[in-house]
Order: sequence, then C-alpha cells, then structure tokens
Amino acid sequence: MSIQNTSLSGRKKQVSNKEMTLGERLYIGAIAGGMATTFKHLFKKKVTINYPEETRPFSPVYRGQHMLMRDEEGRERCTACGLCALSCPAEAITMKAAERKPEEKHLYREEKYAEIYEINMLRCIYCGLCEEACPKQAIYLTKSKKIVKADTNREHFIFGKEQLVMPLDQAIQNTAKSE
Amino acid sequence: MKVTIDGIEIEVEPGTTVLQAARMIGGDVVPPAMCYYSKLKDTGGNCRACLVEVSKGSEADPRPMPKMMPSCKTGVMDGMEVKVKTSERALDARKAVTEFLLINHPLDCPVCDQAGECDLQNLSFKHGLEKTRFKEEKRTFEPENIGDKIQLHMNRCILCYRCVHTAEQVCGSRNHGVLNRGDHAQISTYVSAAIDHEMSGNMIDVCPVGALTDKTFRFKSRVWFNKPFDAHRNCDKCCGKTTLWMFGNEIQRVTARKDEFHEVEEFICNECRFDHKEVSDWVIEGPRKFEKWSVINQSNYTRKMDKVVIDTEKQILEGRDQDRKKISMKEVPYKTSEK
Repeated sequence: MSIQNTSLSGRKKQVSNKEMTLGERLYIGAIAGGMATTFKHLFKKKVTINYPEETRPFSPVYRGQHMLMRDEEGRERCTACGLCALSCPAEAITMKAAERKPEEKHLYREEKYAEIYEINMLRCIYCGLCEEACPKQAIYLTKSKKIVKADTNREHFIFGKEQLVMPLDQAIQNTAKSE
Repeated sequence: MKVTIDGIEIEVEPGTTVLQAARMIGGDVVPPAMCYYSKLKDTGGNCRACLVEVSKGSEADPRPMPKMMPSCKTGVMDGMEVKVKTSERALDARKAVTEFLLINHPLDCPVCDQAGECDLQNLSFKHGLEKTRFKEEKRTFEPENIGDKIQLHMNRCILCYRCVHTAEQVCGSRNHGVLNRGDHAQISTYVSAAIDHEMSGNMIDVCPVGALTDKTFRFKSRVWFNKPFDAHRNCDKCCGKTTLWMFGNEIQRVTARKDEFHEVEEFICNECRFDHKEVSDWVIEGPRKFEKWSVINQSNYTRKMDKVVIDTEKQILEGRDQDRKKISMKEVPYKTSEK
C-alpha cells in the first residue's frame, strides 16, 4: 500500500464527484430531512438557560470571586501577612496593614489587620494560589458563590474590602451554625 | 592547628572555636547559631542550635567526645575531627533543639514584622517539624512598653541574651536585662525605663526573632515587599553605613548591614536608624544582595524596573498606530490609485 492510499486515522474517505439524479437535484428530500431534525429538537430538553435570571449550580471545584472570611465570632480573619500577594502570579493583590486598637478587638482576629485590601479582578487569573498560601484561612475563591461580572469601567474591577469581606448576615448564619 | 570539619581540613589559630572554623570554611558545614554573635563578647552557649559531634577529640587524645558539643563554645584542638551535617546525631539534636525553641514561640509569623528575615524561621524551615507536639499552653506575658523606638514582644523571645550583651557592650550602660528564672524568665528594662542610649537600636538587629522590632516600621510593610539598598551618610556617632528598606521613594526602615550569617557588619546609631527617613539624607550605593533562597529577592530589586505606562484610552479606542495603516482602517484609502 502506498502512502497516498493509507489512512492513518482510519477516517480517510474517497471523494466522489458523481452526477446527482433529478430527485436529488430537487432537494426536497434533503430539506424535509433537515426540517425533521429541527422539529425533533422542539421536544428535547433545552441545553441553554435564561442567564442571568437563572444560574447554573457551581461545581464543587469552581473558583470565583474571592471572599475574605470572618471567623465564628464574626471577626475578620485576614491579618495582612502579605503571603497571598507574594504568591499571586499576576500581582493582582495589594494590601496595607494597620494595628488593631483595643476597642476593635471584636472586629479583627489578630493584632494586625488589613486596612486596605484590593484585588484587581482584571489581573486575577483565578488560579487559587492565594487561597493555598493563606496561613489564616482568610481568603477563599469558593465561598462567595459568585463570579465576577462584566463591566465597562476598569476601575470597577478593583475590588476593595467592601466587596470582598464576608457580608455580616452570612457571618451571623455561620455563628448560629457553630453554636 | 589543624581541624577537620566534615572531612574538610582547615588551619586555624589556637583559641578559635569550632563554629568560627566552620564559618571560615563556609557553605553547608556552618552550624546555625541563634545566640552566638561574633561581634559581641561572651555570647553563645544558650540556644544549643549549633550542636556538633566531635568524632576525634585531638591528636593527643583521639577519643570521641561522648556528648554533643556546642560549637560556639568549643575551642578547637590540634587534629580535632568534627561532624556537622554528616552526623545523624547532630542533625537529630538540631531537630530536637528547634522543637524546644518553638515550644514557647507563638508562631504568629503572619503578624510578626521579622518574618522573612527571622533566624528562627529559617531554622525551623530547615529542621523543624511540620506539626507541633506541644499540647500545653504556651507561656505568655503582658505586653510591655519599653519606649517609642523599640517594640518588645516578650512572647516571641527565645532568651538568647544577645540584646543583653549588646546593651552591656555597645551601649555601655546596661539598662535592661533578664528577670526571673526558667519559664518565667523575661527580657525587661528595669522598672520599664525606656531604653534611651544612642546605640540602643542595635538590639533590633541583633535579635534573632521578632521579640525586639522597630516601632517606626511596625506593620508598615512586609520585609519582602521592600527593596533594600546599601547607603551611607556622614555620621559622627557611627560608621553611617546602613541598608535602606525602600518602598517606592519612601524609606520605611533603616537597618545595619547584615552579613551572610545575619550578623551586622557594623553597629549603627539611633540617629541614623530612626531619624533620617528622607532619601536626600543618604548616598545610595546600590541594591543589596541576599542569599538566593531569601524571600527578600521576591521584590526583584536588583533589576532595573521601568515604569509601565499604558495609554489605555487611546489603545482601546483607536488601536495601535501601525494597525491603523492597515487595509481595514479608514486612514488608508481603499483603492491603491487614491494614495
């Protein structure tokens, strides 16, 4: 067998250039066949959903918008150690630390906390290395059950603490669960 | 005097210690030291991190020493043979010492300002266990204010006595020391008197852990986000040779220059350390280099970094200039005859 006739993939087909018959040239049969296929799909289950009114459930291993966690007492876990920013391959994370005042003990878990914590969602590649690096279990990409929405303004993609920290009502739920 | 360390022979002066001989060889054979400080007298012998096995006492008495010897306090003998990294026993002992040092250490590295340049962190990274076996409560102390320049975290202290020796030998007058004994031992200034000697800031550099840190740098930045530069200025109190830890154009911290064993090259005065935080005060010599594995290298300070300017609006709306000359762009006429 010569190389020209060999089919390595097994899918090689000889192209035929035969003359069509009159019945074939009318195309009625072909059109009817096509319409039948279309009609059949009316009775099948739809594969699309009405996003954003409907959303699909997240896979357990999805990675979406980050959430800065609170502990069982509702205090912010993040202590601004900078390891997430260090591990971030896209350099999306910026932070500024501050010292906790004695009257803020119910707000922050550690002596030091992140006064400013920003993630540039345009830079973020959702690799999850920040989650892996965090020694305080403070940042998760799986807890918010949100994905970052599209926007027309670049500045809106820089998420500050107001978007990232776990909302209080969710923290209250967590506290109730642990009690 | 001839001494063999891990099979490497070296000729040293009488009176040298094993640790000093190992440091002359350099590289892997240098045992870690948490309390010994070559720039200070009488340091060493406290932490036991530098334990080595002496497999041959000397030429005259070739019996091996029965116990592990602290290399910082053991003088060399002629024909001595020492095992550091080749000895299973010594490495085991080092592991155990690390575990003991960490018993009362709070492991608050995410909060601690020393993280990234901490000797105990390096030691436990190399020799420590992943998990703690210590079930009891760690010892804790009431936070104590020892002045507005130096921050004392007694919980982190490993009682190496380096700062006490610095206070004695560098500052001349000793106004702080170790109180109480055993588990209750703590570094303290007597009656909380502020440390106000002009060289007192060196205790920050000397401290192997984060027990004494710079209060003016407290929580300002992590060590690895700073770019360290060698700099000097004319100072009548000290040599004036320092390392500046910069963030952008801001000097966040000034420390003495530390060598490969994390010991300061020369002590600097408090004026250089705390009072000169303007770039114009200093003559900057160039970026300071660190060991290859150091996290400080993360900030890529040795490369020249060009400022990135992205002209967003123009690029997005109009595209690049060279692209606009293409056929699909309006600026180029459709027919070639119209050119």
